[in-house]
Amino acid sequence: MSEICAAFDEIAGLREKNAITLKVAKDRGRKVVGTYCLFSPVELIVAAGAIPVSLCGTSPTPIPAAEKVLPRSLCPLIKSSYGFALTDTCPFFHFSDLLLAETTCDGKKKMYELLGEMKPLHLMQLPQVQDEAALEYWVLELKRLIGRLEEAFDVKITPEKLAAAILLLNEERRSLKALQDLQKRKPAPISGMDLLTVLHNRGFTVDKREAIDLIDRLTAELTELSEQGISPFTLKTPRILLTGVPVGIGSDKVVRLVEELGGSVVCFESCGAYKKVDPVQPGKDLLRSIAQKYLRVPCSCMSPNKGRLQLLEELVREFEADGVIDLTWQGCHTYNVESFTVKRHLQETVQVPFLQIETDYSESDTEQLKVRIEAFLELIGTRRGGRP
Amino acid sequence: MVAAGIDIGSTGTKAVIFDGEIRASVVVPTGWDPKAAGLEAYRQALECAGIEADEVQSIVGTGYGRVSLPIFDRKVTEITCHARGAHFLYPETRSVIDIGGQDSKVISVDAQGRVAEFAMNDKCAAGTGRFLQVMAGVLDVSLEQLGQLAVGATPVPISSMCAVFAESEVIGLLARGTDKGSIAAGIFHSIAGRIQGLAGKVSLSHRVTFSGGVALNRELCRAIGTSLGVDMCVPQAPQMVGALGAAILGYEA
Ligand code: SF4
Ligand code: SF4
Repeated sequence: MSEICAAFDEIAGLREKNAITLKVAKDRGRKVVGTYCLFSPVELIVAAGAIPVSLCGTSPTPIPAAEKVLPRSLCPLIKSSYGFALTDTCPFFHFSDLLLAETTCDGKKKMYELLGEMKPLHLMQLPQVQDEAALEYWVLELKRLIGRLEEAFDVKITPEKLAAAILLLNEERRSLKALQDLQKRKPAPISGMDLLTVLHNRGFTVDKREAIDLIDRLTAELTELSEQGISPFTLKTPRILLTGVPVGIGSDKVVRLVEELGGSVVCFESCGAYKKVDPVQPGKDLLRSIAQKYLRVPCSCMSPNKGRLQLLEELVREFEADGVIDLTWQGCHTYNVESFTVKRHLQETVQVPFLQIETDYSESDTEQLKVRIEAFLELIGTRRGGRP
Repeated sequence: MVAAGIDIGSTGTKAVIFDGEIRASVVVPTGWDPKAAGLEAYRQALECAGIEADEVQSIVGTGYGRVSLPIFDRKVTEITCHARGAHFLYPETRSVIDIGGQDSKVISVDAQGRVAEFAMNDKCAAGTGRFLQVMAGVLDVSLEQLGQLAVGATPVPISSMCAVFAESEVIGLLARGTDKGSIAAGIFHSIAGRIQGLAGKVSLSHRVTFSGGVALNRELCRAIGTSLGVDMCVPQAPQMVGALGAAILGYEA
């Protein structure tokens, strides 16, 4: 994809490069904390001087190994994450000193019990409602995590370190938001697949400063290209907003098909992308501010989860999406059930065409998915008055 | 303006010639070579309409084999085609149920014959023509006979939706001496239930068109109609609706 720009090439090669950088950092005594979810308060890890890495499994490769232990009907993301650990084929898992996990969905929570047998694991009890009492409880859980990090890594998490971590991670969110907001341009400056590659690879960066600079450079280069009218798409290309479960490289089937069939994924509402850019609003009590930020993550394991409906409605308007695809993994009850609520809400508000796709990481249903996605794009085309 | 629509499905390949009215409409088996089947259906349709290939201004392809023919001017999914074809036959229709060999779809259609929304079965064969075929095989009858068997019989409940499990369930029923008529009726009810599940995902109107080759089975249409509580419009040649829609889309463009 070297035809895009220099910064993109650099990011595309990050995953391999970073495994080596991570090893070097470890040899120099740095600690590594593996996370699985957007609810992990990364500020605390950074304030403890450790390196946070994302271990969310997005590849089908380790799934057969995981199925020797886990039920086949389980969500592929959980099986993939567990499979990587079991087969010790993910360098980032391998180098992790501590795993950080939260009680989100049932499948993950029980899988973590098994993961804890392989490596030290700290489990945070995440409340599943977003009110004051839950916040009090969540603050206590953050304090418990501080205790664990301080003890495990023999460090002190001071308010100054916390403040610096908040600044750094808010900077990261700012840069990621700016990059994704570029896609509001018509036509979008980069394909959804390329955007996904950037967002995915960024999760493996060791030096956050460096990564922020790189993303900013990419945003600047893409802005320039877009001003020159360069884009892989035209004004006619249907603009798709993808919501639902987390996606990454390896679990990108639907994104790839949408773009192969003539659409453009302009926005990912999912947790590796737009859900992530919501910053910490630092108040007097820094820990509380961090707790507030994480507790308001609009994930389907929250009940109710009004925040997601609100966010989606805004994103559909801001990104001028022509259609919404709600991707749900087989075995993910929370997102599958919530799809009904999402569809109804969007029909009542922004009235945008909606398609739910339930699938897994395998390629076995590609032909059927093609028909569905192509028909969905035709539907969008005729709604705009074109021919199908 | 003369237009052709060719629908290459998993079992049958259909071709329609349209010039404001249906001039020809033919079906050939798809077999193992969808390309050859598409060309053969087209050739027969031209012959039947009594026109030459160079008089045709537009050829639209649809169905699973739509990618394979270079003669197509355009390719459109069967979902859009079935909607358009059903609208032509029954302008007041607002929903289409299409049961094909590999998948089934429920489509909701607007007043112009455009797709408003749709739902499609997931990976498995439950509620598809394939399921019916497997079941007919177990009972050792043809699809038509399956329909005749079911007339007037009281359906036995068949709980498995999955073709593989339903197969052993039906074998078990036969072993217990349950009569074939009740089993056939049970099979139709099982498919109707599956379609009802799909239909729950899109708004279903009272005027429902039933398309696809499986709709040739009147008994099945009746079972589905009753279970959904709607009037079913079943075209004379339900298997042609997709090819017809494709031809009309080419004609209108
Ligand atoms: S979808 Fe929810 S539970 Fe899953 S990783 Fe994202 S925030 Fe965590
Ligand atoms: S996709 Fe659903 S089931 Fe899978 S880990 Fe996330 S919340 Fe759990």
